[in-house]
Amino acid sequence: MTLRGLGRGISIGKRCFSSFTEVEKPPMDGKPINLFSAINQALHIALETDPRAYVFGEDVGFGGVFRCTTGLADRFGRNRVFNTPLCEQGIAGFAIGLAAMGNRAIAEIQFADYIYPAFDQIVNEAAKFRYRSGNQFNCGGLTIRSPYGAVGHGGHYHSQSPEAFFCHVPGLKVVIPRSPRQAKGLLLACIRDSNPVVFFEPKWLYRLAVEEVPEHDYMLPLSQAEVIRQGSDITLVGWGAQLSVLEHACDEVAKDGISCELIDLRTLIPWDKETVEASVRKTGRLLVSHEAPVTGGFGAEISASIAERCFLRLEAPVARICGLDTPFPLVYEPFYMPTKNKVLDAIKATVNY
Amino acid sequence: MSAFSAVKSLSTPTITTRSTPSSNPKPSFPFPFPSPASAGAGSLRHSAAIRLNSSSPSPLRAVSSHVLSDEQRVTSPSNHDKALVTRREALDLYEDMALGRSFEDMCAQMYYRGKMFGFVHLYNGQEAVSTGFIRLLQPGDAVVSTYRDHVHALSKGVPARAVMAELFGKTTGCCRGQGGSMHMFSAPHNFLGGFAFIGEGIPVATGAAFSSRYRHEVLKEASPSGGLDVTLAFFGDGTCNNGQFFECLNMAQLWKLPIVFVVENNLWAIGMSHLRATSDPVIWKKGPAFGMPGVPVDGMDVLKVREVAKEAIERARSGEGPTLVECETYRFRGHSLADPDELRKPDEKAHYTARDPILALKKYILEHDLASESELKGIEKKVDDVIEDAVEFADASPFPPRSQLLENVFADPKGFGVGPDGKYRCEDPKFTEGTAQV
Repeated sequence: MTLRGLGRGISIGKRCFSSFTEVEKPPMDGKPINLFSAINQALHIALETDPRAYVFGEDVGFGGVFRCTTGLADRFGRNRVFNTPLCEQGIAGFAIGLAAMGNRAIAEIQFADYIYPAFDQIVNEAAKFRYRSGNQFNCGGLTIRSPYGAVGHGGHYHSQSPEAFFCHVPGLKVVIPRSPRQAKGLLLACIRDSNPVVFFEPKWLYRLAVEEVPEHDYMLPLSQAEVIRQGSDITLVGWGAQLSVLEHACDEVAKDGISCELIDLRTLIPWDKETVEASVRKTGRLLVSHEAPVTGGFGAEISASIAERCFLRLEAPVARICGLDTPFPLVYEPFYMPTKNKVLDAIKATVNY
Repeated sequence: MSAFSAVKSLSTPTITTRSTPSSNPKPSFPFPFPSPASAGAGSLRHSAAIRLNSSSPSPLRAVSSHVLSDEQRVTSPSNHDKALVTRREALDLYEDMALGRSFEDMCAQMYYRGKMFGFVHLYNGQEAVSTGFIRLLQPGDAVVSTYRDHVHALSKGVPARAVMAELFGKTTGCCRGQGGSMHMFSAPHNFLGGFAFIGEGIPVATGAAFSSRYRHEVLKEASPSGGLDVTLAFFGDGTCNNGQFFECLNMAQLWKLPIVFVVENNLWAIGMSHLRATSDPVIWKKGPAFGMPGVPVDGMDVLKVREVAKEAIERARSGEGPTLVECETYRFRGHSLADPDELRKPDEKAHYTARDPILALKKYILEHDLASESELKGIEKKVDDVIEDAVEFADASPFPPRSQLLENVFADPKGFGVGPDGKYRCEDPKFTEGTAQV
């Protein structure tokens, strides 16, 4: 059974969500819902199953600016689902304190662009809590959810992808889903994981991505990449909304006879090196794509690791198709983004190297 | 019903006073938040300012030597001693507020027609604060704003054309189309932005104020204003729960910086009510906690705002240090053009719509014979023409060239945006390829 996505054949801006062929898991029944509804379901289940789970952040009470927290306050009460004042540093620190005392703190940072005041708390406190207390305390119950990524008109401060900053912090996990079904399973796994996790949600997909999502409680494994599509000529690695761009590129380049293997990394740190390595050993070529600026982006880590592990097998340098090294622009967004055409050019250049 | 009526009366804060020859020493009294019928907001010298909508026979007056200037007043014997502003000042205020309102309404139209995009936050209803403060500034004074910055920019003197073109993303905009709605900057007008992030502008304003004091006292540069160049920092009620706000109150008072912190308390931070998000919702009280005066004012009344602003700016200019001014105001529209605005109660909205600052000033002007109805209509027409011209200009302007994308990342363009052959990298035919090195 193939999972269908809304918007097949309709492009909005330069993006469109289309079908993925599931390779790994058996089909599951479910109703077609979009990303924010899937996340909403995950949060409902998380709060249901753990009486010491809390959801808080700016504007979450009425449902949040992206409607991810609809209905939670009414159902679980304002003692468990509440608004915080506008202070990201305070929200993160407060969440760490809650988690350190054994609760599940699910904090929302309204846009990933605003996570920087919280960066200090996350990096210096959350990531190091278990380490420096000698395992007496930990903030494993901490999950920070934040919408990230381009949305077409966001400009400087509503479109950033800060995942690379957090990938550089030992002690933290970073997880990014690509679709509603993945999001629900991954979010529940993150909430229940015994390590602090930063969960970035691709805001472009909140309404656009629609998929059949099972209504029951299920989790997807962390630190396991998923091979979405099998291929033999080149491996493409991405995460989040960028996967739909990569998928389109795969489809188009298939007409020229190039067969692409598409991998969704899902967990950026600790990332699944084995799956990617196995794939590159098969194909001999790698292309990584993400929206964040290319220099110092997470693609650099993947590229370096794979070069170390598969140096003799590689037939071409690892290609990185990423955002440009500029602040996220407003009107130039189409030029800045790693679009399908850029990916196509790179695939061809790599294959013909 | 005004949300502020829920706040209990407070004892008078200990604030420093400044005596001038013309001040009326009055006993201090509590500062409950003003509703139209109650006592007006206080000035720094504990005397109540004129109430715009009042019908009381002998209103207490905030006597200030600046008001009783030797400028000409309209000679109407019965009203001669009642008007707080001269005719010229009143018309300037009216025109500025009308410009702000018309501009924002045009923004909404253009947005729904798809000419501008992104996140746009409109200022309707809050014009009295912008006009009341910024029209008192000298050219050397600086203004730091938030994402709701179009009207602050217009009041500061940035041409409507430049702002509209920036909103459309055109290269003739004040930031060359780079920033959009939330990032208006203008060096010639000392308008330091435009910040999408709440609270980010306050430390920037604090730094600008420090620079002003340093230039004046250490480098001995005289300012044409005759004192220190003042910086105004505008921000909202939600920001007052943010760490940066408190850090800057401390720094500004510690170093006695020429800055005025202006809180535009419109009671809502997107969907979070100020009263439910703040342990002590009375913001101006937080000023004295840091050693600076805190003053509340009715932000729907431009003349009251102006009175308080005058004193605060004078304080800063003469080197006495910062002031925290809390303006009770309201935004008539939602948080942004994408906000359905479902959470605010209709009677709250109706209460504030009835206190529309522009209508109030119009009534004041007509009552005090400062101008005729037809003159005011003439001003409105002039404003409409300016706005239409701005839209036409913005429409006709070109979008920025692609090369502009890579400009201004660093100071040295060759270090980044220009390739070794001297051309912009985006003109490199390999640019669309993943192999183009940036």
